[in-house]
Amino acid sequence: MTFAERVKAIALATLARWAGGAISLFARFVTAPRAIWSGSLPAAGPRVYFANHTSNADFVLIWTVLPPALRRRTRPVAALDYWLTSPLRAFAGRDVFRAVLIDRRPEARTTDPVEQMVTALDEGSALILFPEGKRNTSDDPLLPFKSGLYHLARQRPDIDLVPVWMSNLNHVMPKGEIVPVPLICTVTFGPAIRIAPDEPKDAFLARAATALLDLKEPRS
Amino acid sequence: MTPSATAGPDLAILLLGVGVLLLIATMIGQVLRETLAPDGSNPVIENLNARIAAWWAMVFLMSVAFIAGRVGVVVLFAMLSFSALREFLSLTTKSVADHWSLAAAFFLILPVQFGLVAMDWYGFYSIFVPVYVFLLLPVVSALRGKPDRFLDRVAETQWALMICIYCISHVPALLSLQIPGFEGRDVLLIAFLIFVVQFSDVMQYVWGKLLGRHPIAPALSPSKTWEGFVGGTASAVLAGTGLWWLTPFTPMQAAGMSLVITLMGFFGGLVMSAIKRDKGIKDWGHLIAGHGGFIDRLDSVIFAAPIFFHLTRYFWSTT
Repeated sequence: MTFAERVKAIALATLARWAGGAISLFARFVTAPRAIWSGSLPAAGPRVYFANHTSNADFVLIWTVLPPALRRRTRPVAALDYWLTSPLRAFAGRDVFRAVLIDRRPEARTTDPVEQMVTALDEGSALILFPEGKRNTSDDPLLPFKSGLYHLARQRPDIDLVPVWMSNLNHVMPKGEIVPVPLICTVTFGPAIRIAPDEPKDAFLARAATALLDLKEPRS
Repeated sequence: MTPSATAGPDLAILLLGVGVLLLIATMIGQVLRETLAPDGSNPVIENLNARIAAWWAMVFLMSVAFIAGRVGVVVLFAMLSFSALREFLSLTTKSVADHWSLAAAFFLILPVQFGLVAMDWYGFYSIFVPVYVFLLLPVVSALRGKPDRFLDRVAETQWALMICIYCISHVPALLSLQIPGFEGRDVLLIAFLIFVVQFSDVMQYVWGKLLGRHPIAPALSPSKTWEGFVGGTASAVLAGTGLWWLTPFTPMQAAGMSLVITLMGFFGGLVMSAIKRDKGIKDWGHLIAGHGGFIDRLDSVIFAAPIFFHLTRYFWSTT
């Protein structure tokens, strides 16, 4: 690496850190998020946070309420076909949030998404995963889970899977809107689950969905 | 001339008095903790100390706003209004179709209302929310279609605007009153209102904790007791009467005003408790340690401010 390249890399990393701080601060201002650790604790090391998905700001909110030391080592799993569409998004996705970018189009991808996630976990990162696969704009609290969470758990069965329920964020920034409405969001971290040996895919996914729904407050 | 120009010495005496009260409260809190539960295991004492610490911060913020004058007071209450509105609208019935109405509440209606207050346009700020916003905002939601629970959504949003924007804006509006012989001292009306209302809340809490046996409305709030209510109201009326020299009122008038704002404050707490119960929550928020949310601290001010404003305006002001 030449001197110029090194300077550029350091500048980019610093800019990414500042941008991350600014985005976090903005998220705090807009949603005054409240983290409720109910059944699990903020701990370092590889683990998977799996959450309901209603808005593009979802992972920003989880990221914001994590203690700063953990934030640096927590990477969202996000769609490559969304995050690499513009230079600004690419900077945010790759440099600021260090997202594990997976391609949702099976015909176009060169690497297996589950492989990418396993690699990130093996490097010591925690992951933020949205098993619904896309934003939920229906009236149901949760869409059926895709199988990614199952395959990931099958490959790394001793990793904690922490359900994370986010409330109200769908009202802050519904799909297609650009002006956020500043409402208070809560982020509830529930007790971790793990896959059982020989647990069938459907049974495991149903159990994971229930663990997530259990965190939903009684009011909608 | 800033509003605090001739109010300075009296304001300083009041703030000094509040400082002494808080100092005594802080010492009592620390002594209770040291003697009863030095390990921090008594939740009531811990909550008491958290509340006292938050009071220091609130008094400090109020003082800064008073010193900054009219703009400071308007900006402070606009920010409180924003925080209260955020807590209220987080709980109301809404749908995606209301997105623009809700965004307008925060980014258009709130700044306009406080702007009108800042520029003293009484004829407009007193009807802006109840006339123009009430009629036009539902149109914004209606244009997006989606009739499900339309009345719930519109009615709850309008209540939020009334409570969190309109009522709160009547605190800084006190600065626009023109009372003969009271020129430049309007900020003391705010100090009087806030002190009496909050002192009543604190004394209702203290009397309730010491003697409270008979709940007033157990289904709404187990902590509101007849003993706390009578003791708190009497203490606040006495304190308010003793502060007549801050106000344009005679001691008897100050007692009457204190009674009215104390009762309105109590009603405010009761109504907001009913809303909390309806929505299944205990506190409005989590941002003020020990107290809960902004509305938990402001509910009594919200109900007292417009009535205090209009009584004072009708009987004392020339505008």
